[in-house]
Amino acid sequence: MINVQHISKSYKEIQAVSDISFEVKKGEIFGLIGPDGAGKTTLMRILMTLLIQDEGQATMGGFDVIKDYKKIRKMVGYMPGRFSLYQDLTVEENLNFFATVFQTTVEENYELIKDIYIQIEPFKKRLAGKLSGGMKQKLALSCALIHKPEILVLDEPTTGVDAVSRKEFWDMLKKLQAKGITILVSTPYMDEANLCNRVALMQKGKVLNIDTPQKLVENYTRKLYAIRANDMHQLIQDIRAYEKTDYAYAFGQYLHVTGNEDDVEATEFESYLIQKNHTKLEVFDIHPTIEDVFMDRMGEQ
Amino acid sequence: MRTILYVIQKEFIQVKRNKTMLRMILMVPMMQMLILVFAATYDIKNLNIFVVDNDLSATSRKLVNTIDASPFFTISNSSFNPEEGEKELLRNKANMVLVIPSEFERNLIRQDKASVQLLINAIDGSAAQLGYSYAASVIRDFNKNIIADWKGLPEFKPPYQINTVSRFWYNTELEYKWYMAPGILAILVTLIGLFLSGMSLVKEKELGTIEQLNVTPIKKIQFIAGKLIPFIAIALFDLAFGLLIARLVFNLPIVGSLWLVFGLGVLYLVGILGLGLFISTVAHTQQQVMFVTYFFMMIFLLMGGIFTPVDSMPHWAQIVDEANPVYHFMRIMRMVVLKGSGFSDLIHEFTALCIIGSTFLVLAVWRYKKTT
Repeated sequence: MINVQHISKSYKEIQAVSDISFEVKKGEIFGLIGPDGAGKTTLMRILMTLLIQDEGQATMGGFDVIKDYKKIRKMVGYMPGRFSLYQDLTVEENLNFFATVFQTTVEENYELIKDIYIQIEPFKKRLAGKLSGGMKQKLALSCALIHKPEILVLDEPTTGVDAVSRKEFWDMLKKLQAKGITILVSTPYMDEANLCNRVALMQKGKVLNIDTPQKLVENYTRKLYAIRANDMHQLIQDIRAYEKTDYAYAFGQYLHVTGNEDDVEATEFESYLIQKNHTKLEVFDIHPTIEDVFMDRMGEQ
Repeated sequence: MRTILYVIQKEFIQVKRNKTMLRMILMVPMMQMLILVFAATYDIKNLNIFVVDNDLSATSRKLVNTIDASPFFTISNSSFNPEEGEKELLRNKANMVLVIPSEFERNLIRQDKASVQLLINAIDGSAAQLGYSYAASVIRDFNKNIIADWKGLPEFKPPYQINTVSRFWYNTELEYKWYMAPGILAILVTLIGLFLSGMSLVKEKELGTIEQLNVTPIKKIQFIAGKLIPFIAIALFDLAFGLLIARLVFNLPIVGSLWLVFGLGVLYLVGILGLGLFISTVAHTQQQVMFVTYFFMMIFLLMGGIFTPVDSMPHWAQIVDEANPVYHFMRIMRMVVLKGSGFSDLIHEFTALCIIGSTFLVLAVWRYKKTT
């Protein structure tokens, strides 16, 4: 449904995305995962025909993003990272407005947005600028869906939204997927990667890896340890100074650590740290998460 | 078509909800018409004249009285020392100093001629010139009769004389407010149109709504039309409102056809709004729009002939003014409202506005891109 081939784009000296290729199948939720500045927004804006790439080709639903941009605009729904609806129009007016510019009506496609819109309908006379974050997001999604798009492009839809609303939002995406809509979503949150069918890990304008979240984790074969001690600050310094450490980073209340060779055992870390006078030491094996995979791939770059 | 209508409706709703904008739309015409028209007057009255009469003769006193009796002059003070007068000029207490030398009357009788000195503050050049010519004409009249007086003859009349009888057409009473009002109205319409249109597009950029709009299949022309039509309507409303105030408050005669005023007004506004939109397609913030718009406003207005007649500008400036829409519209306003000119008298202005308007509009549509 979406086909990206060797896309590159730079702003003056900054290379925003370089040589990105991937494919999104029909009915898939595809996640672009990566920190701020990874090039997710630039890539999405190219796909949304708002930006012209320097190199490479891309198609959305079979239409070229440069030649057939008009057709793409009719069949794709877009929710930019920043809330971009009219703050001084009411919920209802916004929805009607976007329905009209897409040459349709709210009634015609009500079925598609019903589940989402019903939650904000009690506030339909309220100005969009006066809505809470979660409600704004629902309104933006409703507006992006009003013309019954085949592809939905969502740029960091859950950034700045509370945990409950985030979960609700992903439930909504699953329902939309069930209706056959292809979804391209970007997020800086690694835990959301598991909710996608496939993800592309992005860093500094490049794609590090593309796979299903399960495969990404399965393919991570290195031994990973969680380590904790009384003085975490000292711990991270000591562990990074240790010659057998490949890399270590804070992950919640623990440090996630890998050895520079796969045969570095937990006991080796333990004895090194005891020697460094750490108390209340805990060292144990863990299963990697997407974030570990990401950190690992980033380390390779 | 439905899209355009809805974009227009959206624009009106936004204006309606914007309290500042609403206040501007209602207050600006009232303030401009009620304050500017009265204040921006060129009528010169009450020039302060400082008199130094060193003669103190019957003739010199008569001259002073004649001047005092004129509506243009008020004798602010007098002294025997001309330096006092100069000081008053410096302090801006007097606009003019009249120095009558001693021996004034004697010279007049013995030599049949005498001189007086007029010192004029020429900081304001046009006021100085007018003041001088008023004073000169008072003294000339005085001069004409004085010889006759002595010789005991009736008022001196040369045997042959060309009499100039002048009549001021189109504004018979030289009512300055009538001259100013149509000009101020032209400014009003320009101000409202240029700022509203400029702001509305760049606001969409600042708030990011343009991003959402750009991914819709809305056509450039629909979008631009949706921005133009509401603001043309608002500016025309202000034009009507301003004309009504002018009619009611200072009884402005509206000689020509109102249809013509409003018809050409629409044409003019298309150009002005096109310029506003063009500026806001180039700018990124409302602040930038403000600065650039202000720059254009200043040039358009000062070159437009509101205060200074364009006919007396240097030749090159008059050529440049052909590209100034305010100049043409101000002429249209004055010609139609005060003289009752018809369309055929305004072909030149009409053509110019068509060219200027389509240029700005094409620029705006061309520069407004849905892709960056």
